Amino acid sequence: MATTEILLAGFGGQGILFAGKILAYCGLMDNKELSWLPSYGPEMRGGTCNCSVCISDEPIGSPLVLTPDLLIVMNQPSFDKFVKDVRPGGKVFFDSSMIEANTDRTDISLFGIPSQQMADDNELKGGSNIILLGKLLKETNICSLDTMKKAIEKVVPPKKAALIPNNYKAIELGMNA
Amino acid sequence: MERNLMKGNEALAEAAIRAGCKCFFGYPITPQTELAAYMAKRMHKAGGVFLPAESEIAAINMVLGAASTGVRAMTSSSSPGISLKSEGVSYIAGSDLPAVIINVERGGPGLGGIQPSQADYWQATKALGHGDFQLLVYAPASVQEMVDYVVKAFDRADKYRMPAMILADGLLGQMMEPVSFPEINPDAYDKSGWAANGHKNARDHHIINSLYLKPDELENSIIERYKRYDIIKETETEAELYLTEDCDILVCAFGATARVVKSAVNTAREQGIKAGLFRPKTLWPFPVKEINEAAKSAKALLSVEMSMGQMIDDIKLAINCSKPVEFFGRTGGVIPTPAEVLAEIKRIGGTL
Repeated sequence: MATTEILLAGFGGQGILFAGKILAYCGLMDNKELSWLPSYGPEMRGGTCNCSVCISDEPIGSPLVLTPDLLIVMNQPSFDKFVKDVRPGGKVFFDSSMIEANTDRTDISLFGIPSQQMADDNELKGGSNIILLGKLLKETNICSLDTMKKAIEKVVPPKKAALIPNNYKAIELGMNA
Repeated sequence: MERNLMKGNEALAEAAIRAGCKCFFGYPITPQTELAAYMAKRMHKAGGVFLPAESEIAAINMVLGAASTGVRAMTSSSSPGISLKSEGVSYIAGSDLPAVIINVERGGPGLGGIQPSQADYWQATKALGHGDFQLLVYAPASVQEMVDYVVKAFDRADKYRMPAMILADGLLGQMMEPVSFPEINPDAYDKSGWAANGHKNARDHHIINSLYLKPDELENSIIERYKRYDIIKETETEAELYLTEDCDILVCAFGATARVVKSAVNTAREQGIKAGLFRPKTLWPFPVKEINEAAKSAKALLSVEMSMGQMIDDIKLAINCSKPVEFFGRTGGVIPTPAEVLAEIKRIGGTL
């Protein structure tokens, strides 16, 4: 496998960095090389927030993802900003309850699911990000379901361990969407 | 060895604790604050002292005090905060004390910005304070190297009785990568001959001082220090040479920028351009032997930096201006892209 470059983007508070961390831990669990780089600074306070994740069999060069193979996007400004940068053949996962997919690109695959709506309907408050991860897991060979479950166990802080089953459920919802 | 996933800033802190750092004094500043936060959480459990100082100036002088007693002491900051510490760094050097100073650089001058930068190269390698002195300066390019060089910085600081700096940047501080922690022996050096710790009148006083009112005494103390610097220049240089054996264009970069350059060099090679990478891991001493080795077959050199061009001076000196040295940089917190660096490589390649 060459390097898979993933970009996650949305509003601060939507769990962009958290979802990115889960992907990074998936790489760690599978003994891959990986990097996780957040945007930091004033833009995190309610503004847009994004996060670069690289997973590879080889050492990672630049950790900054400029042309993602995979894009997870959770708000309209980020969709509009980043969809043009996706590498040809790349895949975009977005929340169709928040985003209108107005792009004329035909060389990429768009996977829109109403993740925010699904999270609300299933009483998974704040689970939209993880539902999108589930969809990404289904549509790519980034890692196994088992690996992602283990990664979730690592990333959810011990104090919030009771929320792990909810995260599993969110993954499942995304995979079946 | 177990792989952990950590932010660069956290890895710096954990490595320092494992290296036997017993005193950390700091003052918050983006983008290094996670380091101090980690210390706040972990240090007391490790039997050390974490003290949030009232200012950067206070923090560096606390380091001076703690280091005087022979314990491993450290402070960290980002560019504007390091400028504030410069007086204390000079006193630490003048007192021949070991200490570790971490600079997770951001854009400057002034308050500048909070995004990654390498514009403190001159400050770190030439003049972090007044007077005749140098710091050991390490430039890690990965979270693992953050760990490895903190360990080394403490070791060499003790060995040569001088301050050592980790010159990182906001990108390395904020990113997460897998790291493992080596076994460390923090007590490798005997400090009983100079440390000003309690002795219940069992020995003569040890005096830690940087004031010499007689010029010849001051001169002698500086000459003695520079003899140590000569040994360091001879034995402590480190660099990575990547695809340099047959290169036409030698691209030089350190820290996070070197990762961007490596990506560009790989693409250049795929396109049949003979590019190589020279990455100094020690910025002082600058790896003079190593760059001359790397530049053997090169027709031109290119320095890529997150600044307006600072390391380029050391490159020209190191190769005695024997070949053209070009420059490409982004500054103010802008990170160069592999595509931009590749374009520069091609531009220079076209003129060879």
